[in-house]
Amino acid sequence: MTTDSIPVRAADAPPETVRMKRGATPSGARRRRLFAHPRAGRQHHAGPLAYILLGIAALFSLFPLYWTMVAASTDNTRVTQTPPPFLPGPHLLENLGKAWQDAALGKAMLNSLIVAGVIALSTVLFATLAGFAFAKLRFKGRNILLMLVIGTMLVPPQLGVVPLFMMMTELGLGQKLPAVIFPTLVSAVGVFFMRQYLSEALPDELVEAGRVDGAHSLRIFWSIVLPIARPPMAVLFMITFVHAWNDFFWPFIVLDMSNPTVPVALTQLSAGYVRDQSLIMAGALLGTLPLLAMFIIFGRQIVGGIMQGAVKG
Amino acid sequence: MAISTSTPSDGAPGTAPSAGTGTGGDGQRRSTLLHRLDVRGAPYAFVAPFFVVFAAFSFYPLIYTSWISLHRVELSTLNLMEWVGFDNYTALWDDDRFWNALLNTITIGVLSTVPQLLMALGLAHLLNYRLRGSTFFRVAALTPYATSVGAAALVFTMLFERDFGMINWMLSLFGVENIDWENNKWAAQTAISSIVIWRWTGYNALLYLAAMQAIPRDRYEAAAIDGASRWQQFLMVTVPGIRSTIVFTIVLSTIGATQLFGEPLIFGQGPNGITGGADNQYQTLGLLLYEEGWKNYQMGRAATVAWAMFLLLIVVFVVQRVVQRVAARKA
Repeated sequence: MTTDSIPVRAADAPPETVRMKRGATPSGARRRRLFAHPRAGRQHHAGPLAYILLGIAALFSLFPLYWTMVAASTDNTRVTQTPPPFLPGPHLLENLGKAWQDAALGKAMLNSLIVAGVIALSTVLFATLAGFAFAKLRFKGRNILLMLVIGTMLVPPQLGVVPLFMMMTELGLGQKLPAVIFPTLVSAVGVFFMRQYLSEALPDELVEAGRVDGAHSLRIFWSIVLPIARPPMAVLFMITFVHAWNDFFWPFIVLDMSNPTVPVALTQLSAGYVRDQSLIMAGALLGTLPLLAMFIIFGRQIVGGIMQGAVKG
Repeated sequence: MAISTSTPSDGAPGTAPSAGTGTGGDGQRRSTLLHRLDVRGAPYAFVAPFFVVFAAFSFYPLIYTSWISLHRVELSTLNLMEWVGFDNYTALWDDDRFWNALLNTITIGVLSTVPQLLMALGLAHLLNYRLRGSTFFRVAALTPYATSVGAAALVFTMLFERDFGMINWMLSLFGVENIDWENNKWAAQTAISSIVIWRWTGYNALLYLAAMQAIPRDRYEAAAIDGASRWQQFLMVTVPGIRSTIVFTIVLSTIGATQLFGEPLIFGQGPNGITGGADNQYQTLGLLLYEEGWKNYQMGRAATVAWAMFLLLIVVFVVQRVVQRVAARKA
């Protein structure tokens, strides 16, 4: 549910292709084998009933968002009538503009962009580094440390908010963006995700060859691991970005309305400062648009990434 | 990190490690030493950032929470900590609001998690058919996951509005009187659960789908030869085949449910949000934590609530483990 994670898959059966740009990687054959896994469980063609049920499910998923757009494009009188409106009205841009100002969404968007961008970048970098070490380097305590990483997934970070708040206040970071960024610079799920990918996609021989050529570990990481890890890194970036953008509890505590992220700014809309229902919906729509755009463009990759990260039976 | 960046011999593939560095013999020795340092040390340097950040911002706060819970600390004077022993705990134990919040967290947790996972299972089964437009259906199922708690809760609050909300209007078509979704306890908890269900069903369905696709086809064929119907195949092949994923999603959803905060806060529209409605009818432990700390300025009390949430989580996991064991023994 609200846990900030993509789950993890035991190594052997990535079901869905991560179709990203093909980097020139030395392990083409291996990657093809990895990605072109036969769809073992798929057996029957869907009948009409399955399509109807799936249609209903899609309707349930998409209708609230559609209706947000409808409500945001009418005005307060129309929204509060029964039956409620089902078709868009003429006021969309006007309402979006007003909501943008009333909820100070401009600043919130910029803040969220910074927060989610930095968190996603650093998560990807550190997860790939650690994932590489856990997948391909031999060192004492590797298994114990990996167990520890997995164990940390079970500790919800929300439980530490009181000391965290005191710590940030002490450091003079209260109400500032670094207070939101620091605690989420890494992610256990990310580490595990990259480890699973690299232990399959990166041949040992390549790492060995790099060693024989005298390359040091960071160089091996840079010239051998990174090119191979690019597709899962892109997916991890997007998934982390979504989570960071939507994160609520801690930002709500440590930030205030003068310097909010988008979800924090949206609470302003619900708190009775804005009475116009269409404006509230316009704000909700604005706050969601960047991620919706990302889903429209990269939806397939995000779906593939989440499925690739899943636990296998 | 310094270990790996400071290695002098950056031998490009094909060149000898010591090429170009200093005088032959000395450079050789230095680079072997550095090489060994690199091989030994680099792995630790690579995994270090994760553990440093986790220790500083998750583990240490978690432990320190228990220390704070033994003190009286006010929000305005965070550096003044007055030792009060277990006073905060006894106060919490005697506080009706705590038991109310605990119960609400459990009931909303059940109301949101059980239907969510069951529906996700059904949806995954449908998505597992050979489909036209499967990408569309998958992305559509995942779209609510892209919607932030803030936006989703705002929209659902309006859909559940008493006088002009879409849901009451639809119910009225079937002759149901307007329901006061905010003030009626069970109605409010249902509405809040539906936000959670909406946001997370598709996500869980994709996890199940991934696991279903990894089930070998011959298991279905064998079951079919034994005369199992589609439904029996679902129960006897599919569900056991994705058992560990099911356990995983239960764990994730449980963690999420114990931490529930944003949905009820926004559903309450402002001042009523933090208290979880006028009569605390949907106040969760997360909201109580926030109320104690940032509305009543009692950080020690807030830490006590956080610790109680942690205990709840542990209890739930232990119970779940036991149930799993018993179920496994029966099977």
